[in-house]
Amino acid sequence: MDRLFECVNCKLNLCQYLFFHRQEILKWNGWGYSDTRFLFNKKGQAEFTGKRYRLSGMIIPALQNWFEGTFGASVQHKSPAMPILTSSAVQPPTLNEAFVDELKSTGIPCSHDAEDRVFRGHGHCLHEVFALREGKVGRVPDIVVWPNCHNDVVKIVELACKHNVCLIPYGGGTSVSSALECPPEETRCIVSLDTSQMNRILWIDEKNLTAHVEAGIVGQELERLLNESGYCTGHEPDSMEFSSLGGWVATRASGMKKNIYGNIEDLVVHVKMVTPQGVIEKGCQCPRMSTGPDIHHFIMGSEGTLGVVTEVTMKIRPMPEYQKYGSVVFPNFEQGVACLREVAKQRCAPASIRLMDNEQFKFGHALKPQVSSIFTSFLDGLKKFYITKFKGFDPDRLCVATLLFEGDREKVLQHEKQVYDIAAKFGGLAAGEDNGQRGYMLTFVIAYLRDLGMDYYVIGESFETSVPWDRVLDICRNVKARIIQECKDKGVQFSPLSTCRVTQTYDAGACVYFYFAFNYRGLSDPVHVYEQVEHAAREEILANGGSLSHHHGVGKLRKEWMRETISDVGMGMLKSVKNYVDPKNIFGNRNLI
Amino acid sequence: SKCVYTYKEHRDPMLKKRDDFEDILEERRNSSDLKYALRCYTPVLYKGVTPCTSSMLKSMVLQSDQLHYVINQVSKETGKATDDIKEEASAILEEMAQCLQLSTVRFFAFTLSKAFKTLFRSICVNEDGIQRLQQAIQEHPVVLLPSHRSYMDFLLMSYILYTYDVALPVIAAGMDFMGMKFVGEMLRMSGAFFIRRSFGGDKLYWALFSEYVKTMLKNGFAPVEFFLEGTRSRTSKSLTPKLGLLNIVMDPFLKGEVFDVNVVPVSISYERVLEETLYARELLGIPKPKESTSGLFKARKILSEDYGSIHVYFGQPVSVRSLAQGKVNRCQFNLVPRHIPRRPSEDIASFVNDSAYRLVRAQEENMVLKPWVLVASLLLQYHHQNQAAGQKRGIALGELTAQAVWLRDLSRQYGAFLHWPGTVVTQVFTIILLALLEQGLYFFELLSQAVILLSCASYRNQALHVFVRPALLALAIHTASSNQKQEVFNSFSFLRNMFSNEFILCPGATVQDFEEACYLLVKTGALQFTQQEVLVTERGHRTLAFLSTMLDPFLQGYQVVCRFLCEEATETLTEKQFIPAVRKFIKKLLLAGFYLLLFLRFSFVCVCVFFFTSAFYKMHNCVLCVCVCVCVCVLSR
Repeated sequence: MDRLFECVNCKLNLCQYLFFHRQEILKWNGWGYSDTRFLFNKKGQAEFTGKRYRLSGMIIPALQNWFEGTFGASVQHKSPAMPILTSSAVQPPTLNEAFVDELKSTGIPCSHDAEDRVFRGHGHCLHEVFALREGKVGRVPDIVVWPNCHNDVVKIVELACKHNVCLIPYGGGTSVSSALECPPEETRCIVSLDTSQMNRILWIDEKNLTAHVEAGIVGQELERLLNESGYCTGHEPDSMEFSSLGGWVATRASGMKKNIYGNIEDLVVHVKMVTPQGVIEKGCQCPRMSTGPDIHHFIMGSEGTLGVVTEVTMKIRPMPEYQKYGSVVFPNFEQGVACLREVAKQRCAPASIRLMDNEQFKFGHALKPQVSSIFTSFLDGLKKFYITKFKGFDPDRLCVATLLFEGDREKVLQHEKQVYDIAAKFGGLAAGEDNGQRGYMLTFVIAYLRDLGMDYYVIGESFETSVPWDRVLDICRNVKARIIQECKDKGVQFSPLSTCRVTQTYDAGACVYFYFAFNYRGLSDPVHVYEQVEHAAREEILANGGSLSHHHGVGKLRKEWMRETISDVGMGMLKSVKNYVDPKNIFGNRNLI
Repeated sequence: SKCVYTYKEHRDPMLKKRDDFEDILEERRNSSDLKYALRCYTPVLYKGVTPCTSSMLKSMVLQSDQLHYVINQVSKETGKATDDIKEEASAILEEMAQCLQLSTVRFFAFTLSKAFKTLFRSICVNEDGIQRLQQAIQEHPVVLLPSHRSYMDFLLMSYILYTYDVALPVIAAGMDFMGMKFVGEMLRMSGAFFIRRSFGGDKLYWALFSEYVKTMLKNGFAPVEFFLEGTRSRTSKSLTPKLGLLNIVMDPFLKGEVFDVNVVPVSISYERVLEETLYARELLGIPKPKESTSGLFKARKILSEDYGSIHVYFGQPVSVRSLAQGKVNRCQFNLVPRHIPRRPSEDIASFVNDSAYRLVRAQEENMVLKPWVLVASLLLQYHHQNQAAGQKRGIALGELTAQAVWLRDLSRQYGAFLHWPGTVVTQVFTIILLALLEQGLYFFELLSQAVILLSCASYRNQALHVFVRPALLALAIHTASSNQKQEVFNSFSFLRNMFSNEFILCPGATVQDFEEACYLLVKTGALQFTQQEVLVTERGHRTLAFLSTMLDPFLQGYQVVCRFLCEEATETLTEKQFIPAVRKFIKKLLLAGFYLLLFLRFSFVCVCVFFFTSAFYKMHNCVLCVCVCVCVCVLSR
């Protein structure tokens, strides 16, 4: 289990909490745990509340300055969210009585309580959260069901087919592609199929190093349970605190440590999915097969359009003996990218290697907690002096790569040296473990920061792509510039935060993440402006040879570009699969195609 | 129908706002040139600039992926060793590359100050344009596109940019200058790089050249300057653009190597170009003297003459990104590595072509017209009419003045950028006539001299872009078989096609051009539109007559070429033989008593070569006949 978010309340079984009423411990209109948030206290200093994270309970003195300076925002100008959901804002459910009656007779728990329905009617796209903060609720599921096992799901799908209701599978609810949004044109009763009850590890096979797990299990819970037996999956997407195994499979997720453990498609050995046509699964648990197109690839990335993933056999690994963070400072982003490319070429990438650009480096710096001793602050000053004055790095150009090594101690140290040697060839200076660790922490708290921004007229989002190596620099520069230009053209008063980082390396390319946020004071329809800018940024990505998505998926947000991405014939293939598997469009979330 | 009149009010050319001019020679006359040449020069640079020297540039080019690829390819094709080709490449680059040096620039700053002060009364620059340029340079790589009328152009450009502390450009220059001992090297050190006039099939040369230009552009080394028209226009009429270099500078944007490229059209208007008589002689068939240092030395006598003033207008920077918006799908570069040279796809070729025309039009729009451009137009028309009638009468000063005032008002309404000093008309005319007298242009017996006639025509040509669309419409109305709108449009469209290589008429913009012409003629009260018909008003006859007469020389030129092709040309005629043969044919016609409005002009014939030989060899005789018929019917109306 990653030590970064040592869960103080670990003894509490999260899954039990996530049971019927997730909203009791999770925010209904923002990211993450209800007890954890950023706020500016009375002195104007930023504070991170709660006890769950390393940063929790700490004062972050530099954040206010950075925040006000970067966005032209002010802690005086608040844009608070509606504190509670008014049930009158939620449309009464359209219930298919016959379906509900039969469902009740099976004994599978269900609910049409407004809060339950609203909670499962959205992901975490900006427009979704923004609307919730304003207390606006659109089309939401009419009923929520909690199957307890594979057979429950089979029953539910059968009933759904029989009564022609629409099923939308719901895992962790961390989608950022509008995949969980209910299609407003859907007139049938919409049933949200919440998999959170299916959260057990059914067996662990130590001979083959596999584990058979129910698909509703949440990432951190899976790791915790496996760790108890000395194992891990090593699959750590940034959302792993909340996202579920079934969701990973359905969106082709990617984990931070994929260099060692692989992405979800490398980890999955066997999948069971319930479709309107019946259950699809392979007849064996073999490592590789030459039996025509891999049926797993119809399942992975199907985004809930074909069925519900119920059980998955996954590879597991013994827990790593040793973990070490690291960081390297480069004089500029170009050198950093060149170094990552070389590391990928030599195939010696550590478990994780990420390169932040200058803006993000500054951002990370602003998140440094208050230093307790004069000595540490003196040391920081000395480091800064060494890098900027002695080594001549321009503080407005330098950038940082964060590293995470894993394995047995000796190999880690050897590996570390190899990577630092390569970095040195590109002008990189080792910048310590602390910087590296803080970099990874940023990943987990950044989503909370968006909520802070939204309290002060700042909205933002991240999006990702993958791109061939020779295009990395061009795409980073052009997309960032496009965002700035579009904001200006759309009347955004203050220059936006437009920053990126390279988060994964592959043999033939890299994954690039963009963060973008702006101050929306003075705009009448900020979400629309935001969407226009994101749309333009995606066009720019595609024009620069980037992919439609590396791991977030397509959902409904990026559907319009699917045809040019996979060609007419490709679309036809996907559609014909959908038509065979689900001719009545029971899985009617209308994602992907 | 598509020819509905919809030209919008907000596009009214008269309402176009233009900047004021500032004379940069004034300060030179009042302070030390030496001090000026040695002053501190600290231009703002592109924000993403990677500082590098000219030699670093060269090695970057030689090490680029594109060059590696082409060298390997050439080696495979020719069997030569890659090392030999590399050596060849580095020699070519050595011959091509600039080596911009501030000391040489300072030398030019000093000597040019002296020369300009003697040659010109003033050099007027729009300072707002310079400020826009400064801004553009910081944001994105910049391409400067000046109009090309004189050898002076690029020296003048660098001189102005130095004066205003703007980054000095690197300039694509023809190899001709390289022939000049010493001077060639001086130009190189002031930022010129030299390209061969033709290197069609030479892959290596093309790769080096394009990579060299792109490298300078992408790194923000300096603004890249070149002439869209490819060569100096000998007739003061904008030439149809050449696309090679424009393709190259747009490529980095299209391939995503830079976020955007700013293109700045610059209009340089000379009251009198230094090469005035030289051009006229060249047009008559006397070959252009080879560029040489001794020639330059001999030409120093021009220093004793007065060449009036120069107006340099830096236009609005045009973002290539916004030009390409919705016209080019940049994803087409995603499937092949970008360093592998490929022929531009159809959409890109037509995008570059369109942009080129738009940019030349942008140059034309900001060309400053002096009063005697208009006077020359009037005089020429009178002269032709007199000649045709066999008379040798002059024109009364008063009448000419009245005519000129009429034409002034007309051209203003058509959006011309007139520089009309003062309001006292007669005073102005005295000045003009004195100037004409100086040049021997006074009274018409002298006008029989071809050189002077051609000089005059070249002044007239400066105003052509203002009138060309309405003039085509005027002609179309005369030639159309009825007043039906559709008929007029068809006839307009035919004439426009015929002249598409003669004037700057954006390809595919027939409807817009027609609407623009309609709008202008309606606005000035020359035309009226009913539901179906186009009607010429009472006062419109004069305007329409003037306008269509303006195109007469061109029509007649085309007619003669058509006659030549029908009567004399054989199929074996090569391009090289064509022009002299046409010239001979015209001479014969002249001797036979056939009066021509204008002596055939070199550049125009070139255009005809392209236009007609292609038609001719394809044996499209019907096309030719139609052309001839139209020409004849227009002229004999």
